[in-house]
Amino acid sequence: MNAVMNKLRNARLGSTFILLFLVAIWSAPTIGLLITALRDRDEAAASGWWTAVADPFNQIWSLASFEKAVEGGMLTSLLNTLVISVPATILPLVIAANAAYAFTFIEFKGREVMFASLVALMVLPLQSALIPVLKAMVWLKKTFGIELVGNYASAWVVHAAFALPLAIYILRNFMMTLPASLIEAARIDGASYYQIFWKLVLPMSIPSIASFAIFQFLWVWNDYLIAFVFVGEQKAVMTYKLLRLLGQYGDGWQTVAAGSFIALIVPLIVFFALQRYFVRGLTAGAVK
Amino acid sequence: MGRSEFAFGDIFIGISAIVLGIVASWALYWLLNFLVTRLPAKWQEKLRAFSFVLPAAVLLILISVLPLLQTIAWSFFDKKAKNFIGFDNYANIFTDPAFLQILFNNFLWVAFVPAITVGFGLVFANLSNNVGPKREKVMKSLIFMPMSISFVAAGTIWGYAYDYPPPGRPKTGLVNAIIEFFGGEAQPLLTMEDGHLNSFLLMIVVIWLNAGFSMVMLSAAIKAVPEETIEAARIDGAGPFKIFMSVIVPQVRGTIMAVFITTVIGVMKIFDIILAMTGGNFNTSVLGYEYYRLFFVESNVGGSAAVVTVLCVLIAPLMWLQIRTARHQEEIR
Repeated sequence: MNAVMNKLRNARLGSTFILLFLVAIWSAPTIGLLITALRDRDEAAASGWWTAVADPFNQIWSLASFEKAVEGGMLTSLLNTLVISVPATILPLVIAANAAYAFTFIEFKGREVMFASLVALMVLPLQSALIPVLKAMVWLKKTFGIELVGNYASAWVVHAAFALPLAIYILRNFMMTLPASLIEAARIDGASYYQIFWKLVLPMSIPSIASFAIFQFLWVWNDYLIAFVFVGEQKAVMTYKLLRLLGQYGDGWQTVAAGSFIALIVPLIVFFALQRYFVRGLTAGAVK
Repeated sequence: MGRSEFAFGDIFIGISAIVLGIVASWALYWLLNFLVTRLPAKWQEKLRAFSFVLPAAVLLILISVLPLLQTIAWSFFDKKAKNFIGFDNYANIFTDPAFLQILFNNFLWVAFVPAITVGFGLVFANLSNNVGPKREKVMKSLIFMPMSISFVAAGTIWGYAYDYPPPGRPKTGLVNAIIEFFGGEAQPLLTMEDGHLNSFLLMIVVIWLNAGFSMVMLSAAIKAVPEETIEAARIDGAGPFKIFMSVIVPQVRGTIMAVFITTVIGVMKIFDIILAMTGGNFNTSVLGYEYYRLFFVESNVGGSAAVVTVLCVLIAPLMWLQIRTARHQEEIR
């Protein structure tokens, strides 16, 4: 018995050490950049960030790089990104929840075919639609004076459309686990399909909606392509700004590092605070 | 001062958009439902579902399906999308050695990244299952963390790790510092295209980003493997490695496939990481990047459409595979 216990403990210790080693490798690049952001400019240019870790009290720590990144407009970008991300998370969820409800609880002609096309659309690369949508928006402006390009609205709409297939898929998978008898009972009590959706199915689907919301929020927050094509310079988002900073790092990595820090802070908070829901959203949508 | 006012204005836009958006979409669905209930009973039965599906269908048709068809059509037109030129765009790209190299790079990504990502996921999942719940939680979230950050931020993080300062300046990049520590000579890593070394360095970044996802999926699957099957193998005298390979892996094959295919799809359309780290230079370009370059740098609508169409054709079999998987899941229910 003792021998078995020892063996188990050794296996556990061995696994811990290997895993610790791997975790160190996995975290080192991020930690390096974040430490560099907090170091004094001259010191950061003269030695690697690991020397600051080895001897943290003999270092000059400074927030100067953050000031520089903020001067470069990083905070404005943070707000721009937020203003794009929140509606681009809510909009597709409302539309997707309605559609998922119909796909789950209402029989209709062509349901199978539509659902199969939806699954196919999940795989479709974003790039296949960008330029035609961009041109259509430019045409809208020329013909009707509706200005979408360069505004947040264009990003909301495009993000919403591209989130729909996966959102409908995930929400439908969840709604299928709701007890059908409950919906039957509501039908017998005389509730309309419309009432059943808003009063019964939607509130019951909140866990799944929350998971997808986190997933979608991070997706939009981290997106570069849609923001670049449709919003661009006027309301530059974080990824856009960071890429521009990266292109001009002639004066060292400091500003880039501080900019990355600002760009990372929201995703990291969301991630560590809501990890469980994020994982659920991700595993439910393992097809994107 | 001007800047902050501008920002507050934008917050106001955002908040009003949220409120308006919710009210408007609720009103839209209410109206659709109202219209359907005005219809005769027979029609109501038929159209009921559409009052819920219509907005989604319209959005998808306008923003994904029609644009896709437009893109395919444009691939047969010239640079400005004005004159029909048949298969010329395809003939051009498939006879251009640079494009064939791009295709080959895409092939390298698909050949290496998904398999290695699954491999790391299995290793992490298996190790973390052995260390006890507390350590498991902390270490898993550290491995998983990169999943929440953008490709661009990952590009800056790793760009710094791969940094190669001009000769004479101190080495502040981690990788070159390690190379020098072991007696090697610092190298301009991201410009080294011999044996596609730089492409592999970019792949490391994507593996770093995705291994956590793979781990989370596989860890859940491994935990669901019945203890009896493992116990039986142990009684038969199988070692831990044998148990892992011949008892655990076969039982999580479905999840392995799911992670593998998800990663293949992601890697096929890889773009941002190349843009952020090499700008497609030094022979690192891929289809997703070539499309971007052709349109945004060369303003070549027909050419970029042809590149995307090639990408879609290559992805099409995966669509079929996904539909089959979804059907299969349905049957399990």
